[in-house]
Amino acid sequence: MKNGKLLRWMKRAGVLLTVAMLSACGEEYLQSTIDPVTDFGEVSHNLYVQVFWWTMIILAVVWALMAYILIRFREKPGQDRPKQIHGHMGLEIAWTIAPAIIVVAIVIPTIQGVFETQRPPDEDALVVEVTGKRYWWNFHFPEQGVTTANELHLPVGRPISLRLESGDVIHSFWVPQLGGKRDVNPVVAVPEGEEPKRNWMHFTIKEEGVFWGQCAEFCGEAHSLMGIRVVAESEEEFQAWLTDWHTPAPTANAPEPVGGQADTERPAGEPGAEAQTAVNQAVAEDPLVARGREVFFRETTCVLCHAIQGTAAPGIIGPNLTRMGSRSTIAAGMLENTPENLALWIKDPLSVKPGSEMPGAQYGAAIAGVQYPATNLNDEQIQALAAYLSSMR
Amino acid sequence: MSTTVATETAQTHAGAHTEDTGLWSWVTTVDHKRIGIMYFLTSFFFFFVGGLEAMLIRIQLMRPENAFISAETYNQMFTMHGTTMVFLVAMPMAVAFFNYIVPLQIGARDVAFPRLNALSYWIFLFGGLFINSSFLFGAAPNTSWVGYANLTSLQFEPGRNVEFWIIGLSILGISSILGGVNFITTIINLRAPGMKLMRMPLFSWMTLVTSFLLITAIPVIAVALILLAFDRFFGANFYEVTAGGDPILWQHLFWLFGHPEVYILILPSFGIISDVIPTFSKKPLFGYPVVVYAGILIGFIGWGVWSHHMFTVGLGPIADSFFVASTMIIAIPTGIKIFNWLATMWGGAIRFPTPMLFAVGVVAVFTVGGLSGIMHASAPIDLQQHDSYFVVAHFHYVLVGGALMGLFSGLYYWFPKVTGRLMSETLGKWHFWTTMIGFNLTFFPMHFAGLFGMPRRTWTYQAELNLETWNQLSTVGAFIFGFSSLLLFWNLFRSLKKGEAVDPNPWKSGTLEWSIPSPPHHYNFPVLPEVRSREPLWDDAERAEVEAQTLMEPEQEPVMPSPSFWPMVVAFGITLTWALIMTGIWWAPLAGLAFTAYGIFSWAFQPAFR
Repeated sequence: MKNGKLLRWMKRAGVLLTVAMLSACGEEYLQSTIDPVTDFGEVSHNLYVQVFWWTMIILAVVWALMAYILIRFREKPGQDRPKQIHGHMGLEIAWTIAPAIIVVAIVIPTIQGVFETQRPPDEDALVVEVTGKRYWWNFHFPEQGVTTANELHLPVGRPISLRLESGDVIHSFWVPQLGGKRDVNPVVAVPEGEEPKRNWMHFTIKEEGVFWGQCAEFCGEAHSLMGIRVVAESEEEFQAWLTDWHTPAPTANAPEPVGGQADTERPAGEPGAEAQTAVNQAVAEDPLVARGREVFFRETTCVLCHAIQGTAAPGIIGPNLTRMGSRSTIAAGMLENTPENLALWIKDPLSVKPGSEMPGAQYGAAIAGVQYPATNLNDEQIQALAAYLSSMR
Repeated sequence: MSTTVATETAQTHAGAHTEDTGLWSWVTTVDHKRIGIMYFLTSFFFFFVGGLEAMLIRIQLMRPENAFISAETYNQMFTMHGTTMVFLVAMPMAVAFFNYIVPLQIGARDVAFPRLNALSYWIFLFGGLFINSSFLFGAAPNTSWVGYANLTSLQFEPGRNVEFWIIGLSILGISSILGGVNFITTIINLRAPGMKLMRMPLFSWMTLVTSFLLITAIPVIAVALILLAFDRFFGANFYEVTAGGDPILWQHLFWLFGHPEVYILILPSFGIISDVIPTFSKKPLFGYPVVVYAGILIGFIGWGVWSHHMFTVGLGPIADSFFVASTMIIAIPTGIKIFNWLATMWGGAIRFPTPMLFAVGVVAVFTVGGLSGIMHASAPIDLQQHDSYFVVAHFHYVLVGGALMGLFSGLYYWFPKVTGRLMSETLGKWHFWTTMIGFNLTFFPMHFAGLFGMPRRTWTYQAELNLETWNQLSTVGAFIFGFSSLLLFWNLFRSLKKGEAVDPNPWKSGTLEWSIPSPPHHYNFPVLPEVRSREPLWDDAERAEVEAQTLMEPEQEPVMPSPSFWPMVVAFGITLTWALIMTGIWWAPLAGLAFTAYGIFSWAFQPAFR
């Protein structure tokens, strides 16, 4: 029986490990914690590998010893009472000191790692203010004056410093390949003159790619639906993305002759040429997009919460929708960004994300104690809105 | 009230007392053995409640983007699963063993305060029912078992869910503190002649350490809960950021309780297997004083490690480094225990009936949980593993593999003492192997789910994350594990009547509880036995002496404290007082308080002995 038990253990462990190794190699894990692409992530990972082997050695010793004991010292028929041993001082000292040495061997690099992962920010780091809200992420580049939501563009090869702050409850910013998570705490009010405490994360990304992440601190009903995408790109692509953001999408505003927004900011240019472009646009413009723009600005209350750079939409409660059409997902990483999904989201956000604070066509929402009514949009209006938002690429 | 019955000169009483058996006799009982049985049955019931919640969780997570249950229901399920398993299963099931076994191990006729003991039980029962009654209102707690502020504030959780949780835990805390006081007093004062502290069985020792942790740790969470109650009911601002309050305060208070709590859960199990392993190896515990001191040391250091639950909070590198070091240090006494258990078996004559299988299982499986603990004790590693399924795997290895399986070992071990019958060995072995397979299949894949980016407390996960396989393995494992629990239930049930009847010491153990008849008389010991060693029954001469005392039929039975229903009344009053806070009417709790006062008054004037 003892032999059988041991064998079963070994078999089970072996099968699991094999399955684990095979699938770990064969599959692509978008949120893998053991495939870091930043200096920050590498500190954690190197420590992990080190401690992993220490623990494997200890486990092997304990299990092997145990297996030996359970086989070797099982009771034999007619066996006398075994020798009664009450202890051994030398052994006790040995198995106190041996673990103590291992502990020291782990603690020293760990503390080095603690200080490395929490070093002060680089002077020239690119600062991003990350605000976690139920249940989405706001990303603001204070020096570039850029605000976006849920999909964060970052350049590779440049130190980056995320300043983390919550707009409501505690969240945690976790994009595993960029490194560990850091809690996104609400900022505690402090007496005048004192600096409020915020968490920071510093790293330099080494590889281009799209990295997945999500909120890692339970924050309420839709905690599991609070995704993050980080688009790590070359410095040129990143600069182009910033420029694009500052430049309204061609369809963001109505062409001038049709009587667009008087107060919109337009890039400087030849007045004549601009009017000509607008006319050309008006000719080329999809009527559905024009209709959507009308719905967005005139027929409902989108602009109370949402902003689009370069238009009259100023809202700051909800996600910034500038260049919405260029994002890969909507609803904080939950749906692929297609006009159909946008329409679904606008019509019935709770079906996508229970607990969302976005009002739907049939129901309103309470945001920070203020009641917002249902949008009462019909399907035609919703289709048009989706087309408009998708058009701003 | 302090009916100290186990003094050397026991009062005796003419005319043999026959034990009552009706329902009323159970409701009014102050006998530690009956209270222990009630603790066990209640916690065993809640074990199935918490298990059902776990099954719903596992079904929901079986597929990506599943909607078997809604997000809100899911959040209630994992909150109540955690709360139930910690406060209504693992803790009270350990207390069931404290109750039944400790007085027998140290040679006492009852605990120091028998009525207080009954009060502890009734408060536990009512508190458990109260917190679960939230399901009837569709308002089960939904902010996880750690209930982090400021999510629990009125602004973000306006429903009653959080209030059920605050009040339920507050009620349960009273029960734990009273229990702790009772067992400390019992163990310090009521040991039989010759039962020096350093002769006590390890289980009694770990009960003592755990009891000290209970009376020191529970008040900390009580403070945290009361502050939260003030925030919610009276508009205070302890955790309210806009008024300068700090939600991180909750985390410090909670984990200052929460980490000693981990040792409250695990030390009883360590105590049990420290008694079981020597018995089935036919050797005394190797390094007895070292194992005792290691347990005490774990209890002490357990107070200095709480912020290792908070490495992602941003406490700064100095604080993080301190808690890295203190946490790593606690690995040393834990390792010492494991090596001493192995050394106990070394050179022994090992038998493998079910209690020993579970004890050996604990050593094997707990080691895995301890080692993954070392991984996230390293703060930079923890930045990845914290709040991921890796941590879920870790603490289930510790709390199921370590604590619960240790309690199962104790259950099989002491069942013949309680009933006079053995549990079925065949079913026991089936139970053990299905538990081992189900448990490991459930929780081992969670390490990988976590390493590959699955956060904990997550209602669902996106298909692209490729986490489906790991979750399916876990779900299959959970069904096997669930099935194993049904085997245990069946084994318990059938062994009550059909178990093999055995003599008082079926395992040939060395400790005092095995010297008295099974089941014991209601007075346990006709005269208090005198012991001279740690294993009085392993020395033939001493055994004869002890059994002459413990197995004698006295002409006059010792007088035991008389039954009382006032403990139950007082427990009801206390629960009522807390529950009435939820009405929001300021004087309503006063009515409950008046009821409680009446109960206490009547209790005080009811004579302890008829």
